[in-house]
Amino acid sequence: MNGFIYPNEAETAWGLLIVLYPYITGLVAGAFVVSSLYHAFGIEKLRPLARFSLLTALAFVLIAPVPLLAHLGRPERAFEIFITPNFRSAMAGFGYILLFYTGLLVVETWLAFRRDIVRRSEAATGLRRAFYSALTLGSRDVSERALRLDAKVIRVLAIVGIPSAFLLHGYVGFLFGSIKANPWWSTPLMPIIFLISAIVSGVALLIVLYIVATALRRQPLNHSSVAELAKWLLLFLLVDLTLEGLEVLSMAYENEEGWAIVSQLLTQKLAVSFFGIQILLGAILPIVVLGGLALTDRLGQRVRTTLSLGTALLVLVGIFAMRWNVVIGGQLFSKSLRGFKSFAPPLTGNESVVEALIILSLPFFLLALFAVLLPPWEKEAALEGAGVPEPTVTIPIPSRLVGPRAR
Amino acid sequence: MGITRRSFLRRAAVVLAGVAAAGAGWSYLKGLAQSANEAPDQAASLPSAPVQQRTPQPHHWAFVVDTTKCIGCGKCVAACKEENNVPEDPHFNRTWVERYVIDEQGEAYVDSPDAGVHGFESWPVNSKYQNIQVVKSFFVSKLCNQCENPPCVQVCPVGATYKTEDGVILVNRSRCIGCRYCIQACPYGARFLDPNLRVADKCTWCYHRISKGMDPACVEVCPVGARMFGDPADPDSAVAKALRENRISVLKPNLGTRPQVFYIGLDQEVR
Ligand code: SF4
Ligand code: SF4
Repeated sequence: MNGFIYPNEAETAWGLLIVLYPYITGLVAGAFVVSSLYHAFGIEKLRPLARFSLLTALAFVLIAPVPLLAHLGRPERAFEIFITPNFRSAMAGFGYILLFYTGLLVVETWLAFRRDIVRRSEAATGLRRAFYSALTLGSRDVSERALRLDAKVIRVLAIVGIPSAFLLHGYVGFLFGSIKANPWWSTPLMPIIFLISAIVSGVALLIVLYIVATALRRQPLNHSSVAELAKWLLLFLLVDLTLEGLEVLSMAYENEEGWAIVSQLLTQKLAVSFFGIQILLGAILPIVVLGGLALTDRLGQRVRTTLSLGTALLVLVGIFAMRWNVVIGGQLFSKSLRGFKSFAPPLTGNESVVEALIILSLPFFLLALFAVLLPPWEKEAALEGAGVPEPTVTIPIPSRLVGPRAR
Repeated sequence: MGITRRSFLRRAAVVLAGVAAAGAGWSYLKGLAQSANEAPDQAASLPSAPVQQRTPQPHHWAFVVDTTKCIGCGKCVAACKEENNVPEDPHFNRTWVERYVIDEQGEAYVDSPDAGVHGFESWPVNSKYQNIQVVKSFFVSKLCNQCENPPCVQVCPVGATYKTEDGVILVNRSRCIGCRYCIQACPYGARFLDPNLRVADKCTWCYHRISKGMDPACVEVCPVGARMFGDPADPDSAVAKALRENRISVLKPNLGTRPQVFYIGLDQEVR
């Protein structure tokens, strides 16, 4: 501690788990957007990933409340947020939004995999058969007509899901952006910054997961899908960096009472995690690499994919740093604007590094489980279905949505 | 297809209802398991005899701090800890005393060792500023401002933090989920998470005392009358007089919280 902090501020109210929470919801929103790029907008190059990104979003959304619950002083009362919500609170809507969004993801996933569920229930015996039969919820019609209807509903959900994903994550930004007591949080740009960075992190995560999963399955990689994701990553990164720059620039230019301490926060306390990791390694360097890839077509596919993988990993670290810089950074200075304290999460125990790592690994396990239960890769799913007549279902896309990308 | 869709919806409804019921049952059971000795509400929670009549009086309370009188003895902090069972740990306080020392260059030095509970007389607290050319120095005691427009009430997701009809902000301890959003939202550092009950806590202006016509503990023990409490609507009260006869200000007026703790002789350095 240096300078003066209010005596009650010695304890950091929101720790590592609250850093994790926007990180995870961000990945959900981003993964969903990737799946919707195909399901809603028909971007064919992303088709191989569409089902997998849906499962990714589902796996992460199911874990999203865990860090929050683990952080509450009285987790056993968490349900109060549904029973006695105070709607003037930005936090009160959280439960409902998350519930709605989870429901939407469950339904969309179920529809997207319904044919496979029916197939597996028919092919399997015993317990396995019972399991998949239950999963069909009695809906066994996989005629071409039925599947076409499914595809339509999926498309509607994929479209409805986009504003919902935006709501989910923009809202997380609002939780921070609406706290006028904190000059580092209080900016109307916060929701939109959270939203764009969410998409950035989700796209990066899918690049990594897709490459790793394909390697694990020893399947040939679809390089053009990776290249497509890399393009989207570049686009969203550019918007993200612009917004973050704008935020700091306007704070500095307005130079209000709080800027004196916020500027010290950035240049001293957060110098490494903000300028070094979030901005330089997490945004500028990836933009340079991805921008270079977009401008030249000289490099071979493997090199391009490797570079995309490297940048995606950097971006994932950079976005984590961004969450840290907001959540922890905003608590490192006193609201008396007179001093700083330091914060390092404990290694073990409550709100510790170990706890955070465990929680962060949960969605990956869940995803692995999902991938066993439901075939995320269309081609393999199709092989499974040998014998069952293969209806060719293409998603009807209104012509106005079909840009040059969907060729 | 219509049939399957319908049956799907029916099943989905059953599943959702099941999940909701399980959740409600779980939270109910946990509620039962809560410690029985736990005080349900700050309003009735305190060690003195339970408040018999809790119908709010037709009052609108106010608090006045005269910083020109405060001698930094810290008695108020000690009295508050005792009266309200506030943890001994100096990082948890419902009230505290800050010392301001301003040097020739106009540089302000601020501290509040152990929240001021032991005063500022002992070494090394006392000798800390020996190498500085002190121009002026003073003490400022702090407490919850019972804001007219309280951000802590606004952000509480479950309505555990609320405003009484006589203008005091309280925490219902049996409702608080310990999310700490209010701690972030309070611009004055007035709140903390009670380390034992794991719920939010802060100054209540000794609600259990004032609703029986007594003064808050800190007001009662202050040897120099630097803390005053009462209803400004009563022209004979100390607060009415203090508000009438002095130029007063509040902390961080720019945030629009409209504090009901009014300061006499506040320096621009105080935030
Ligand atoms: S001072 Fe803080 S805790 Fe007290 S009413 Fe105002 S915002 Fe709430
Ligand atoms: S910590 Fe308790 S009183 Fe504070 S906002 Fe959360 S639920 Fe409300």
